[in-house]
Amino acid sequence: MEMIGPALLTIITAATPLLFAALGEMVTEKSGVLNLGVEGMMIMGAILGFVAVHFTDSVTVALLVSILAGSAMAALFGLLVLKFHASQVPTGLALTIFGIGLSALIGQSMVGIAYDGLPKLSLPVLSSLPFIGDVFFRHDILVYLSLIMVFVIYYFLNKTRAGLILRAVGDSHDAAHAMGYPVVKIRFLAILFGGGMAGLGGAYLSLAYSPLWVEQMTAGRGWIALALVVFASWRPGRVLLGAYLFGGITILQLHAQALGIGVPSQVMSMLPYLATIIVLVIISSDPGKIRLNAPASLGRPFHPSR
Amino acid sequence: MLPSLVKRQQPSTLMVYLSPVIALILSMVAGVILFLIMKVSPFGGLHAFFIEPLSTKYGIAELGVKATPLVLIGVALSLGFKAGVWNIGAEGQLTIGGLCGGAMALYFYEQQGFHIIPLILATGIVSGMAYASIVAFLRVKFNANEILTSLMLSYVAVLFLNLMVHGPLKDPDGFNFPESRMFSDSALLPILLEGTRLHIGALLALTVVAIGWIVMSKTLLGYQIKAAGSAPAASEHAGFRRSKVIWITLLIGGGIAGLAGAIEVSGPIGQLQPSISPGYGFTAIIVAYVGRLHPVGAMLAGILLALTYLGGETAQIQLNLPVAVTGVFQALLLFFLLACDVLIHYRIQFTEQAVRVENT
Amino acid sequence: MTSSNNYLLDIQGMTKSFPGVLANDGVDLQIKPGEVHALLGENGAGKSTLVKMIYGILKPDHGTIRIKGTPVTIDDPAKARELGIAMVFQHFSLFESLNVVENIALGIHADSDLKSLAKEVVELSERYGLPLDPNRHVYTLSVGERQRIEILRCLLQKPQLLVMDEPTSVLTPQEVQKLFMTLNRLAEEGLSILYISHKLDEIKALCHRATILRMGKKVATVTVSEQSTTSLANMMMGEAFTESSKTRNRQIGEVRLRVNDLNTQATDATGISLKDINIEVRAGEIVGIAGVAGNGQDELLKALNGEESNTDASSVLIEDRQAGKLGPNDRRRAGLASVPEKRLGHGAIPDMDLIDNAFMTGYQRMGLLIRGIINYRKTRSFAQQVINDYGVKTSSSTVSAESLSGGNLQKFIIGRELTQQPDILVVSQPTWGVDAGATQTIRQALRDLAEQGAAVLIISQDLDELMDITDRIGAICGGRVSSFYPTESVTIDQVGLLMAGVDLEAGAEHAS
Repeated sequence: MEMIGPALLTIITAATPLLFAALGEMVTEKSGVLNLGVEGMMIMGAILGFVAVHFTDSVTVALLVSILAGSAMAALFGLLVLKFHASQVPTGLALTIFGIGLSALIGQSMVGIAYDGLPKLSLPVLSSLPFIGDVFFRHDILVYLSLIMVFVIYYFLNKTRAGLILRAVGDSHDAAHAMGYPVVKIRFLAILFGGGMAGLGGAYLSLAYSPLWVEQMTAGRGWIALALVVFASWRPGRVLLGAYLFGGITILQLHAQALGIGVPSQVMSMLPYLATIIVLVIISSDPGKIRLNAPASLGRPFHPSR
Repeated sequence: MLPSLVKRQQPSTLMVYLSPVIALILSMVAGVILFLIMKVSPFGGLHAFFIEPLSTKYGIAELGVKATPLVLIGVALSLGFKAGVWNIGAEGQLTIGGLCGGAMALYFYEQQGFHIIPLILATGIVSGMAYASIVAFLRVKFNANEILTSLMLSYVAVLFLNLMVHGPLKDPDGFNFPESRMFSDSALLPILLEGTRLHIGALLALTVVAIGWIVMSKTLLGYQIKAAGSAPAASEHAGFRRSKVIWITLLIGGGIAGLAGAIEVSGPIGQLQPSISPGYGFTAIIVAYVGRLHPVGAMLAGILLALTYLGGETAQIQLNLPVAVTGVFQALLLFFLLACDVLIHYRIQFTEQAVRVENT
Repeated sequence: MTSSNNYLLDIQGMTKSFPGVLANDGVDLQIKPGEVHALLGENGAGKSTLVKMIYGILKPDHGTIRIKGTPVTIDDPAKARELGIAMVFQHFSLFESLNVVENIALGIHADSDLKSLAKEVVELSERYGLPLDPNRHVYTLSVGERQRIEILRCLLQKPQLLVMDEPTSVLTPQEVQKLFMTLNRLAEEGLSILYISHKLDEIKALCHRATILRMGKKVATVTVSEQSTTSLANMMMGEAFTESSKTRNRQIGEVRLRVNDLNTQATDATGISLKDINIEVRAGEIVGIAGVAGNGQDELLKALNGEESNTDASSVLIEDRQAGKLGPNDRRRAGLASVPEKRLGHGAIPDMDLIDNAFMTGYQRMGLLIRGIINYRKTRSFAQQVINDYGVKTSSSTVSAESLSGGNLQKFIIGRELTQQPDILVVSQPTWGVDAGATQTIRQALRDLAEQGAAVLIISQDLDELMDITDRIGAICGGRVSSFYPTESVTIDQVGLLMAGVDLEAGAEHAS
């Protein structure tokens, strides 16, 4: 029993950055844009959030800066892809390479500085429940926010007209354009949203999970988030499930040695990556299913005819 | 007068070649701005980056050393990207190639023979191919996105190398450092230029460029690769199976990345370490694009990006700039290139306010 | 000229040019309230350009638009809808992954809740004879049903003018009759309809007046009842219109292509499975397969040319040789050439030049490859030969395929296949969207090929075309192919029944 509490806490903390990034990317992809730059946006959110908290000591400012950092990166991507008609795959790759380089540059003087971590918000009454209170109701604001976002995005996509329009643009940009919807503007907003969410995911890493700045600290989480979107068949509830599943794999990694399993740490570190591959294989092996769920215009360039 | 983009009737051939040049110039301008922000003299910065490294014979030879893996992988990735096969895990294939090639070198520790180096390189190729074939298999058999699988396998490969140099391949007399023994001389690539590190790998890279060029411009295989990339359905109509193109391009990419890995460990490094590449596999993606997905272009772009690595090192020593500047500069180059490429298919037109319907 | 107040829509002097083309040159058009007005012209005459300007998709270079006498500027489709103009496109603007109500909701730009909208849809669809289930997803619907969504979407906006762009090209003759009943009913209720078509019999059957366009210019506006089909055709074509000769002096020989109980499994939910297909095509014969789009035409073409090879080797026989398991190249070597429906991206590679595109399917039979190396000298002359022989209008063989007009590209693709002298040709939609001149060239080339003893199978949605050039005809519906009948022995209505999957009575004479 005494193992379970910390284990659940680890799952939640490991899942939260993935949840943010994957939810954001899902909304971007729902609009028909594949942004492979999640890793780059995340890490920029991580470093700039850390810098902000270091200089202002304000969590609010830090989180806003992270959102802006992710969105600014996303805006760069959006500009290239939507205005300059650049191909989405290489542009996303460039964004990742850029983010990793720029964050290392900015973060040079931040290495080795410690931060206390985001304050925990204990929900009144609920947090005093034995066991459950500790595990579920004493988290920082980002954990709660990530869970709220699952519902907000579900509601937005399925219950609002704006969400319907977003899905329509992702299904057929030509049809949406023919009906007079501003495809480029809608996509740009979706890209910005994805960037902001990735920025928050990054902020969680540098402000709560670690909490400190290390070069390349996202360690492929942006890419895992991309895989999670596929795993989730572009559904918010399943993104939640997927993120917590990966959080679960992370606890294996952290607690295996504590449990006295004689597996080298490198092998345990491989687990999330290998799990991503396995999950992709399982979910992709039915191409019909992917085609029905994936936004039909995903990754296709949009050239309004004349 | 507002600038607007107008689609060209024919893609501009001039812009295909001019775009990388404009991108380079814009990246330099951005570099100057970056230097100003970092309070470094822009002239000194550019000098350190682009002139200083080339001012000595040793520097030029180092350019060749750094360009070798970039050109090799850049050419191989060009083929894959041309076919629309997104192998972005060359870093992992390079790592596995280096690891297995290195293991072969250690196997022949303190032995002599001219067969050793060819065996090391062949091991690099075969192991890189084998590693890439996982990606191809998962793509063809299970439709798993090759971007994600190849990248995940890169992380796995680096961890695996780390595990090996901490374990079985660790130098028994190395004070527990996570490194292998230094390879024997028989397992080290011959040096081309006395007093430098320039090795015969550079010649291999030139050979690969030449072969790549011939394949892409003259052979059925090259045609199939181009067709598969620009119109998959038409390519199937012509009778080229998509799965075959995926297999071939991934095997070529993996094999050559593996070769580059083996060249790195038996060339400039000379042993196995936890890290055998400063991200050559990822930078090669930029090389392939800046080189217009053309083997000769990849050669030129490989040399340019090798220069940014060298320049980054010089700038670090002389101006105390962080190495990360290199990555930023490389990414900026790719961004500007992607932006400039719009001019291949579009031209800029300065028009007055859009023509309105006359309401008379 | 009459006072424009009598007209719902009054357009004067519309001009629109694109780089290299004057698509509309001073076109006038007047539509009265409650009138079904035809816009008639060949492919490429400028009909689509004019309509796009009326609907605000394109901006005219010059010209005025008045609605009930008031000059208006139509900047975008939203403005057009505001002015009471609704449009049903030839290519539907539908979202496959969304359901019918969601699609309609997206089209009407009003924030109404989906439940009450669904009710409204059902009511309207019953009233105008357009049955539709509001909760079905679009990808499960037939082309006819999809068109109904578009029409309902328009009607919900209570428009004054309904623009319909070639609406019948995707329907069976029976569905066309039903559509005409709906349109007549709407016109009686006072709705004006602008009906775009190049099919004369439809215009005779439905429209009150017609405006004829030719090469971007207005030829005339006429009262349809005062015109004969021939006089309309003359105005449309600009030259004495001659019925193509139906004389056939072909020798029908042995069976060259035989399909035996061909079955395939659809690869995903949006695909069609082919079921128990039997076809035979003889030397010197042209056989046609009619059908509404999306009934398995693409799958059939791929099953025949080898892009989707079969597990049953005997399902396809080329000259009595089992070819079911062979891929496209082996079938080409065996003598079967094919021309897919989609030209750019399937029949040709858009960004490659005509030389490379000639190589694409020609490298085996034309011997363009020596030990894996491409013989570019020979490939160039092959491409040039196709360009010369089939009158492909292009500045050189080094321009990209995508820069050619639809008709020229189709001439090139068909020429590429025919120059290789195939024994069997399977062609899908040979003249779809192709201008009149190229259509004639292509049909003649197909006739000549059959005359030389090849077996020709044409899969087409254009019934007039099939009735014109085939010897025997059948239809595909839901992945099944009907029996075949001598073309002169069946009426268009009977083929319509075949297209709807109805078995003609046992009394009908079967093909030998």
